[in-house]
Amino acid sequence: MNTVFRYIIEPGFFGSGPVRIALAVGTVIAVTSAVVGVFTVTRGQSFAGHSLADIATTGGSGAFLIGINQFWGYLAFGAGAAAFMELIGLQRRRGRDVATGVVLGAALGLAALFLYLGTQYSTTTGASFTILFGSMFVLTPSTVPVLIISALLALVTVVVLARVLLLSALSPDLAAARGVPVRAVGAAYLMALAVSVALSAVIIGAVLSTALLIGPAATALRVAKGPVRAAAVAAGIGVAATWLGILLAYDSYYWPPAGRGWPVSFFVVTLITGAYLVSYLRPGGRPVAVPDEPEHACSVALC
Amino acid sequence: MFSSFMLNTWFAGTAVAVIAGVTGFFAVLRGSTFAAHAIPNGAFAGAAGAALLGLNPFVGLAVFSAAGALGIAGLSRRARSDVATALTFVLMLGVGALFVSWSTQYAQEAYSLLFGEVFGISASEVLPIAILGAVSVAVIVFMFRPLLLSSALPEVAEARGVPPRRMELVFLLVMALATSMTVPVVGALLMFSLMIGPAAAARSLTARPGLAIALSVVIALVTVWAAIAASYQSNWPLGFFVGVIGAAFFLAGQAWSWGRGKSGNTFRLAARSLR
Repeated sequence: MNTVFRYIIEPGFFGSGPVRIALAVGTVIAVTSAVVGVFTVTRGQSFAGHSLADIATTGGSGAFLIGINQFWGYLAFGAGAAAFMELIGLQRRRGRDVATGVVLGAALGLAALFLYLGTQYSTTTGASFTILFGSMFVLTPSTVPVLIISALLALVTVVVLARVLLLSALSPDLAAARGVPVRAVGAAYLMALAVSVALSAVIIGAVLSTALLIGPAATALRVAKGPVRAAAVAAGIGVAATWLGILLAYDSYYWPPAGRGWPVSFFVVTLITGAYLVSYLRPGGRPVAVPDEPEHACSVALC
Repeated sequence: MFSSFMLNTWFAGTAVAVIAGVTGFFAVLRGSTFAAHAIPNGAFAGAAGAALLGLNPFVGLAVFSAAGALGIAGLSRRARSDVATALTFVLMLGVGALFVSWSTQYAQEAYSLLFGEVFGISASEVLPIAILGAVSVAVIVFMFRPLLLSSALPEVAEARGVPPRRMELVFLLVMALATSMTVPVVGALLMFSLMIGPAAAARSLTARPGLAIALSVVIALVTVWAAIAASYQSNWPLGFFVGVIGAAFFLAGQAWSWGRGKSGNTFRLAARSLR
């Protein structure tokens, strides 16, 4: 029995300092991303969420260039881009997507430049890889409180605004008629989204933080009824995928072919996508054709 | 700048700009911006896998971008398309991260695949780029009217017997084809800027579809040529110039259409395509 157990969990898993930090931070961030993600999916803003993550890459590489902690770079650029996207305004979704795309393209160009300049001036190889795909096991203990506090701030913002966010997602006109400041609420939500994306960029990398944001929420909205249950299920899926991902990445140290461990991001993404695909198999699952313009018609249960 | 080893770069850059200008017009019109971002980025995983197996990167790019197009189209049947796109995309990228971590010379390889390596193009790479580019332009020309109609007015197209899902699949596959030739040149992250920036600028300049496509191609050509020249002079990454110049064109186009107070571009365009 003990030997079987040893195959599942490598000895020393819970004793390792980096693993314990990764598990603690990963849990907080997975919960935040999953809960924020429920609103992102409901509001049809997957692309905005993903763009914020990619633009955060630019900040991360800029921070790498001037030699400060990458989290501040992710956060500054994410928040700046969120503010800019809010300025572009809530026009029709197609126009918004195109404008988002152009901003994203320019930001990625800057990221290329920062990374290029950064690798010119330092000998750190693989920095671009770390920024893009994350580095959960090299979190420095001093940044952990900052990460956890920002995550909680984002989570509290979204929970407090939950009712108005849902209302303005389902029917902006009704929300405006009821005196909800739709734009201010939208801006606050985008800020929370930027923070949570910057956080997950730290653990699974800017490019893949979309997975933690969208995957658990989309799965939960398929299987759970009502936004509160969906948020709870999403948080559960996010945490489970993160923990299993860390465990497998730790186990994979001796796996072929390279013998230096498979990336955490690969496991997390695969588990999350797997969960989403499994939600199709659920008996009585609703095969629904959801309209592409969620501003007009989309109930939470359908998304 | 025009010495013999740079000729391949100019040829490849020109082919990339033409195909990005044409596909980009439809990507912007259909609102498939996210797919235009996801397919090239996901295809990066294919190139990494091909490098690992010692295959030609075009093979990996083609397989993964086609798989991405099929995945997006397949999942979109039963879920919202932005969610489907996001999940297909992150899965491909996760696999890409795995491939990159397996290979030994990963850092430089990954960097050039993501951000472009236009100066390392060999003569043997120019021909496949030209052929694949010609094929994707030919498909778009062949499908032009139904594609335009289903992009601008999906409901009308459906009523006229153009199946929207099939059109979406065809379009995504063309995008995948275009991707597999362009990613080694401009890089996965910036193929996207080249598709969206010029096309969006062209659309704010004119409502006529033919003219818009021509303008989109011209702007993409100017962007790529200027970016190659600037990158050659400064030694900075090509992708930086493509991204910034593309965005500048978009802003100029916005300013132009704002100055003329135009609106309802899509509808005028749709009306023309119905004629």
